[in-house]
Amino acid sequence: MSTLNLTLKIWRQRSAKEKGSLETHKMDNVSTDMSFLEMLDILNDKLEREGKEPVIFDHDCREGICGMCSLFINGKPHGPERATTTCQLHMRSFKDGETITIEPWRSSAFPVVRDLMVDRSAFDRIIQAGGYTSAKTGSAPEANIIPVPKENADLAMDAATCIGCGACVASCKNASASLFTSAKVSHLALLPQGQVERTERAINMVNQMDEEGFGHCTNEGECEAACPKEITVENIARMNREFIKASAVSRG
Amino acid sequence: MALKSNAPDGDIQTAWTRHKFHNLKLVNPANRRKFKIIIVGSGLAGSSAAASLGEMGYNVDCFCVQDSPRRAHSIAAQGGINSSKNYPNDGDSVYRLFYDTVKGGDYRSRERNVYRLAEVSANIIDQCVAQGVPFAREYSGYLANRSFGGAQVSRTFYAKGQTGQQLLLGAYSALSRQIKAGTVTMHTRSEMLDLVKVDGTARGIITRDLKTGKVSRHAGDAVLLCTGGYGNVFYLSTNAMNSNATAAWRCHKKGAFFANPCYTQIHPTCIPVSGDHQSKLTLMSESLRNDGRVWVPKKKGDNRKAREIPENERFYYLEEKYPAFGNLVPRDVASRNAKNAYDDGLGVNGKEQVYLDFADAIKREGEDAIRAKYGNLFDMYQRITGESPYEMPMRIYPAVHYTMGGLWVDYNLQSTIPGLFVLGEANFSDHGANRLGASALMQGLADGYFVAPYTVSGYLGSTTLDKVTTDHPAFQEAEKDVDDKNTKLLSVNGKKSVDDFHRKLGKLMWNHCGMARNEEGLKKLITELAALREDFWKNVAVVGAKEDLNVTLEKAGRVADFIELGELMARDALNRKESCGGHFREESVDTGEFAGEAMRNDEDFAYVSAWEFQGVGNDQTLHKEELEFEHCKPTKRSYK
Ligand SMILES: Cc1cc2nc3c(=O)[nH]c(=O)nc-3n(C[C@H](O)[C@H](O)[C@H](O)COP(=O)(O)OP(=O)(O)OC[C@H]3O[C@@H](n4cnc5c(N)ncnc54)[C@H](O)[C@@H]3O)c2cc1C
Ligand code: FES
Repeated sequence: MSTLNLTLKIWRQRSAKEKGSLETHKMDNVSTDMSFLEMLDILNDKLEREGKEPVIFDHDCREGICGMCSLFINGKPHGPERATTTCQLHMRSFKDGETITIEPWRSSAFPVVRDLMVDRSAFDRIIQAGGYTSAKTGSAPEANIIPVPKENADLAMDAATCIGCGACVASCKNASASLFTSAKVSHLALLPQGQVERTERAINMVNQMDEEGFGHCTNEGECEAACPKEITVENIARMNREFIKASAVSRG
Repeated sequence: MALKSNAPDGDIQTAWTRHKFHNLKLVNPANRRKFKIIIVGSGLAGSSAAASLGEMGYNVDCFCVQDSPRRAHSIAAQGGINSSKNYPNDGDSVYRLFYDTVKGGDYRSRERNVYRLAEVSANIIDQCVAQGVPFAREYSGYLANRSFGGAQVSRTFYAKGQTGQQLLLGAYSALSRQIKAGTVTMHTRSEMLDLVKVDGTARGIITRDLKTGKVSRHAGDAVLLCTGGYGNVFYLSTNAMNSNATAAWRCHKKGAFFANPCYTQIHPTCIPVSGDHQSKLTLMSESLRNDGRVWVPKKKGDNRKAREIPENERFYYLEEKYPAFGNLVPRDVASRNAKNAYDDGLGVNGKEQVYLDFADAIKREGEDAIRAKYGNLFDMYQRITGESPYEMPMRIYPAVHYTMGGLWVDYNLQSTIPGLFVLGEANFSDHGANRLGASALMQGLADGYFVAPYTVSGYLGSTTLDKVTTDHPAFQEAEKDVDDKNTKLLSVNGKKSVDDFHRKLGKLMWNHCGMARNEEGLKKLITELAALREDFWKNVAVVGAKEDLNVTLEKAGRVADFIELGELMARDALNRKESCGGHFREESVDTGEFAGEAMRNDEDFAYVSAWEFQGVGNDQTLHKEELEFEHCKPTKRSYK
């Protein structure tokens, strides 16, 4: 184990209505075995002992699966490591003497709640618009009645691994939520269980995405590079096909 | 007070069906929307219950502390979910799943509840597949299974190493549909801080909005607590940072009995602690024990690299001691044996850790096959430790993972407070003294999809409830209690951080009420916890304001409750002078054929301990629910 001396520039903002700014903190003797959030825990512990308010950030599982953590670290969502959420990022990824800038996700559809915490409820509303099959409890047929080709099941699983963190939106210059939305559209479109509502789902989810104020996708591909779960932009292509097909069907 | 399980008598195989028909009244579809049901929690238990009750037409209010219901702690479950489908044709059945679960729980659970769990387990898989849960499949297109600890059949369904995520997203999608339909109102970033009782019946809750600090009142006709387990009493555990016992504990203080608090599960395969900064522990799924072999060096102080230690100088202690189950013995057995190994000085590099080695599996099946099965777990391990499990064995260590204890509930999942139901990990019901792998997900979904919708309807259909609004004095009083408590926390103005107390609590619990417990240690623990509690209320530092976003205040309230709960766990562990499942009393070990193994005492302890609150710091009153075993005759739980 070795240690690092670091300078942190952290975004502080009381609420969406107030203006924010960067605040500088020195952190000495940071263990390289620490996770990034553990480093922030130590800063907060220090602030609290000084009677100051801690830096607010979202987190929960600290295992890269709940999608609660966020943070724009040195200009990248979830920091420098590929396929790694902020909570799984470890300080061995940084160099001694480095200055680290930490900001919230920036998108008008994700208003800041406090400091680094943002409101991502727009994602929930996109799912509410159609990200389900309408299989009521009790109405399901025997599970093995419909075999699903393994390849489709695996592709559906790949899309379904989205953790809803919002890194795709944060990385996109248009703040588009296409990767997130398309992951759910694809997951269900790839399975026989998702067929009945396929048309409606694509239309409703895409419309909701627009309504929430997310930008349009212009195929920059930044989202794929930023996604901690490596969801691919093929899903966006699939969603676009679904949407076009669906629009044609619903017009006809 | 005599505890009545309210489980139907007679033939166990038809018990649930008969109970639904004879004992549970129905509520007419047109009347359902007149009932307001409050559901606290949106994990597997809460989401599935909220979605199902919403679909039935009830008016549901659902609460969670995260910013979205999809982020509940259930999302982190990795390995899988059990079901008695018997697709592999290897001899599984409802009866066998029932039997394995009762045996796995070391004969400390209620047979009838467990039977029902096994019975509905098949419906769960059907429901999830219909929702689009992408379970692993064979090349044939049919569902795949794997094995988990404590079973000799393959009955575990899985979605890579992300089963909990996929099941929760399934339940969340059903919940989302009901939110859209208007039957469920979702309250995110809202923490329940008290239960409101009117005329002895649960009629509402008090919550705090975590964004604004605003405290509010919610009235309803029934309250369903689905708030998860209390493993974070130990500070370091595999639970998510927000997992807490506050909702359950405050219901306990309002009269709900707490059952078997000392039954905690230590998971044998977690990533070892790397330093004092550690905030939580990461689990490596039990499924890894299908292919990984557990070993330590035979010689003390052998500091050679794993690959340099020849085969005959390795001690594969599980395979040697338990040839029938080998590396797949249940968790308590695997954890205790790891502890024995490192207590004997055989821990890897002299530390509290053992190896989990995949070299043979990689040789046998090839690296690609192993990557396909466990790739994401291996990556996670590498990210945290900087070491590759493809090249060297994992280092693992036992850590707190799950709590079998919880609020006492009857067969209807109703607590000792009428109208308060408890689902999922928050209740004590199905796992006895030890939970088998892949059974918590099954239980959470069984409770939420297939049990509570009937039993809650049964309650509403057979109880006359007066109309109660939030102006009722009981609401005023509960709100004032919550407010007073928060004011008090903010006014201590001490010098020690909330985490200081939490860490200290965790250490005390782990040392005296962890993997091994004894009378002396537990008595000492009770005294030390009382002192810790007093110290907390004199010296804790909570910054910020009450009516504002305040994470320190949130944590402080939870830690205060954890300390009180810790005291009850210690008292329960002290009372139970036997070893069973996750509760190992050093005074109660076999001296005969199974020398050193845990020794149960069925004569004196075949009961559920249900504790009634009697004021902070006081002894609580013990109520016993005697357990009867008509079908699974308690035998020595041997995995040899
Ligand atoms: C790392 C890990 C891996 C696991 N793997 C498996 C596995 O492979 N198979 C298996 O069967 N089990 C597994 N388990 C166990 C299983 O995941 C849990 O027991 C189960 O998910 C608990 O579900 P739940 O719905 O009861 O509670 P949780 O999922 O914990 O949900 C609790 C809910 O309550 C809410 N809440 C809590 N307190 C309050 C409050 N005061 N006010 C408002 N809301 C509140 C939370 O916001 C959350 O929504 C694993 C557990 C861990 C820790
Ligand atoms: S805290 Fe859960 S993904 Fe990071």
